[in-house]
Amino acid sequence: MMHLKLDAKQERTASAIGSIRQHMQTTNMLKKMLLFGGLTTVCLCLVACSKQPDLPSKSLRIATTTSTRDSGLLDELLSVFIQDTPCDISVIAVGTGAALKLGEQGEADLLIVHAPNSEQQFMSAKHGLRHAPFMKNEFIILGPSADPVNIRQLSPGEALQQIAAENHSFISRGDDSGTHKRELELWEDVKQHPDFEAYHESGQGMGNTLIIANQLQAYTLSDMATYLRFRDKIDLVPLVTNGSSLENRYSVITVNPAKNDKINSETARQFFTFLTSSKAAEIIADYQLHETALFTPLVTPQTP
Amino acid sequence: MEMILAGIREAIHLLISGDPLVWDAAWRSIWVSSTAVFIATILGVSIGTFLARHRFPGKSLVVTLFRGAMGVPTVLIGLIGYALLARQGPLGILELLYTSWGIVLGEVLLALPIIVSLTHGGIKNLDQRIPETALMLGARPLQRWSTYLSEARLAITLAILTAFARCFTELGIAMMVGGNLKLKTRTLSTSTTLETARGEFPRAVAMSLILLLIAILITVVIAWASREERE
Repeated sequence: MMHLKLDAKQERTASAIGSIRQHMQTTNMLKKMLLFGGLTTVCLCLVACSKQPDLPSKSLRIATTTSTRDSGLLDELLSVFIQDTPCDISVIAVGTGAALKLGEQGEADLLIVHAPNSEQQFMSAKHGLRHAPFMKNEFIILGPSADPVNIRQLSPGEALQQIAAENHSFISRGDDSGTHKRELELWEDVKQHPDFEAYHESGQGMGNTLIIANQLQAYTLSDMATYLRFRDKIDLVPLVTNGSSLENRYSVITVNPAKNDKINSETARQFFTFLTSSKAAEIIADYQLHETALFTPLVTPQTP
Repeated sequence: MEMILAGIREAIHLLISGDPLVWDAAWRSIWVSSTAVFIATILGVSIGTFLARHRFPGKSLVVTLFRGAMGVPTVLIGLIGYALLARQGPLGILELLYTSWGIVLGEVLLALPIIVSLTHGGIKNLDQRIPETALMLGARPLQRWSTYLSEARLAITLAILTAFARCFTELGIAMMVGGNLKLKTRTLSTSTTLETARGEFPRAVAMSLILLLIAILITVVIAWASREERE
């Protein structure tokens, strides 16, 4: 018997020849597979195309601040609204700055935001059609319970000045959200530039910012609703809670439908009316966490 | 550390109780990334094989561009996808922004350079005698291509697996183009981010663990399938 010793390369070529022969026999099968692959792609594309008409035309796109979504209140309000007005609703939760941008670009139909000064600019630039504040709560300055720079009892402005003067760490949102805008306004009110060494910007949402502030035992400004959600997870305590400059007003805005023809201004108007109704006010007033109401409606709730 | 243990417990609980939000996000993650990888494979394997077997001016530039594109951050693809698909963007007419198909489109862009580059490398690496032999035996173009693919199947399987792993776990595109809409475009990775922002850490860990579990399962299935093919 002849014994042939093949080196690795020859073996590889031999196997390749085998596989080529095999493949020439199975070309038909391969053709079928390619055809199948191609057809599937075409089908997928068709599905993609056929899927679009039923999507946005009747759907309402809401750009909202994260605090209303994260608190769970918006889901509650939407579930009631949908019962009377069946429609498809998309909620995009972003900071107030980003929400106003989405409105300005006509990418959202309705906005829920909390930065009164920016809202005024938005309205006077004719980006919005209707504007109404519908609920409020408070901003609070949180810090370590030992309160190392003694801001308890101070006004919000004095507290910030004190933190800056002592160069104690302070975590800012730094993300152009409503809370960040308010913080900057508070600094401006006391003519103080937040540029001291221990001032840091997290660039993240309120929840993450609270976690960072807690780890660094720093001071920070938060909205009431997010603080209550995180109360059990952090050691920081509310230190400054009073003062008209800490009022946190949430407004609803319908986007100017003149921006583009895809804006669903009819459903936006209906939801706007709903949010400013006494029915919604009752849901807002009843919405509690840790037995504390998260928001106060600005409309008188309907009496049952 | 307690958080991770709580996360494992929560993951088991969520899987057993069949939480609809988890199943929805898991199914969307699987569907979106498989569809994207499927489309990218058809396109990418063709382009990669073509680049490996044909010469044309500027070819090395194209190859370099595809290789460079493997490192594009997903957030940038998300931003480009947003700009293209926005109501006022050039593809706004398709109304794909904040839909699953929009995410698929972005992930195709993510997967394509990976599949093109790795397929190109795998076929380029074949023994030069294989194409010569195929040609000598009179294989027609389609038969030659199928020979290359069959000989480079390990490289191609790895290309598909890498692309899948990247798509399945990516966050930037799903967040920017998908918008993290509840029950519409929420995936396991955007759920993880959301639960973290909400301070629901065990739930966030659980979502990630489920993501990891599915990724491993799918990898095993693909590896097993490509081994079977060998016999």
